Amino acid sequence: MTHAGSLTVEASGASTLVQDLGRPGLAHLGVPASGALDRGALALANRLVGNPDGAAALEIVAGGFRARFAAETWFAVTGAWGELRLDGRRAAPYAAARATPGSVLELAAPARGIRYLLAVRGGVDVPRVLGSRSRDTLSGLGPEPVRAGDVLPIGAPPEASVPLLDQEAAFPPPEGPVTLALLPGPRADWFADAAHRALFDGEWRMSEQADRIGARLLGETLARRVGGELASEATVPGSMQVAGDGRPTILLADRPVTGGYPVIAVVAAASLDAVAQMRPGQAVRFRHA
Amino acid sequence: MSRRLLPSGEAALLVECDSLDEVLALHDALEAARRPGVVELVPAARTLLVSVDPERMPLESAATWIRRIPAEAGSRVAGAHAETVTIPVVYDGADLAATAASLHVSVEALVARHSGIEWRVAFVGFAPGFGYLVSDEWPFEVPRLDAPRARVPGGSVAVAGAFAGVYPRQSPGGWRLLGRTDAPLWDPAASEPALLAPGRRVRFERA
Repeated sequence: MTHAGSLTVEASGASTLVQDLGRPGLAHLGVPASGALDRGALALANRLVGNPDGAAALEIVAGGFRARFAAETWFAVTGAWGELRLDGRRAAPYAAARATPGSVLELAAPARGIRYLLAVRGGVDVPRVLGSRSRDTLSGLGPEPVRAGDVLPIGAPPEASVPLLDQEAAFPPPEGPVTLALLPGPRADWFADAAHRALFDGEWRMSEQADRIGARLLGETLARRVGGELASEATVPGSMQVAGDGRPTILLADRPVTGGYPVIAVVAAASLDAVAQMRPGQAVRFRHA
Repeated sequence: MSRRLLPSGEAALLVECDSLDEVLALHDALEAARRPGVVELVPAARTLLVSVDPERMPLESAATWIRRIPAEAGSRVAGAHAETVTIPVVYDGADLAATAASLHVSVEALVARHSGIEWRVAFVGFAPGFGYLVSDEWPFEVPRLDAPRARVPGGSVAVAGAFAGVYPRQSPGGWRLLGRTDAPLWDPAASEPALLAPGRRVRFERA
């Protein structure tokens, strides 16, 4: 197989992972779906360079990333909003740009959001595992985390040309408070009325404990009405489980396939990408979907 | 049998049953009558998650499908997993003697029981390919280790609670180790990556 090019990573920042749309349909075998946390950003980055929505891209947490292109390559950076430089010159986020052989791309710490999605025309062409190129951080499936020195092959360019998009209807993640829509969870009735009021009326903050498995929130404790243990049951991305200490965690793409804490609510699909971009300390409010 | 349908977002329903037997029966029945638009059937101890592609199967249709499907606990539906998998075991586990003693049986009797009955994979959890096996003929309830081991070798054959299992890969673990097997439990490159998929029938045999 011939590759149109490659990307040599010189600095990988806090975390750089290959992600596509994941491997849904295998939870019954104990395999989480995984995949890009900000799926809208993945699709946008891919569209900007003419790739199919689900082509594999790099999910880069908090910047500090630098890589060199071996050949002429179209790329686009979406998701987190921050300063990007191509050979030292500012390049526009959320737009396709063309790297020439030897060009160096640098992503600084983002001003907004936390996860950049870097798509390259042709996609990151590492081998698939169980149908996906996504790194599953819980099970250790898929390509190893990207490290400095790695050379990532880039696939053959797709049929579609690089589209001449004017501004797509896409906005950078907000700086201020984020509002997330919630649907009732399977165990909503395990919680006291006061817990539901606290959830929807209270002030919440994203904690430092936020990764691809789940994002823990800071705020009031959510009191249970029903005591006792819950037999482990399957969850979905966005399930908000409440641990024994009354603190909620939003479960994300790499969560274990089953969990033993009751799920009070489920983040609506339309709000899930926003969770992926929340920074520690950022304010969040919940509304009914 | 009663089935409670609980909400789980825009693309899934969590079906709660009265017993694990009912979960197994419902899983068999839905699997045998699987429809386009069903993305995933994920059994657990008391529940079955049915996730769908709402554009191909709206949640309301899924709810009707689940409510109406006939399923008898204990019935046996022929399907992809109807054949029995045999797992050869060397019964030399670190916890074999202590487990037998705690159950007031001889090592020989414990091994004879473990290897003499038909098991069934109820659900998978904890790690890819880690099946929780149950059997009506397994009379024991085995407490987990007080302190889990940091490292249990892949292929370890173990028991905990009312379940039997085999560690597919090296991992931490608190189950009691009865023996080990060379059976290929987990291979992401295989067309069926997990040997112990839900619904499959299993026998252990002395290697």
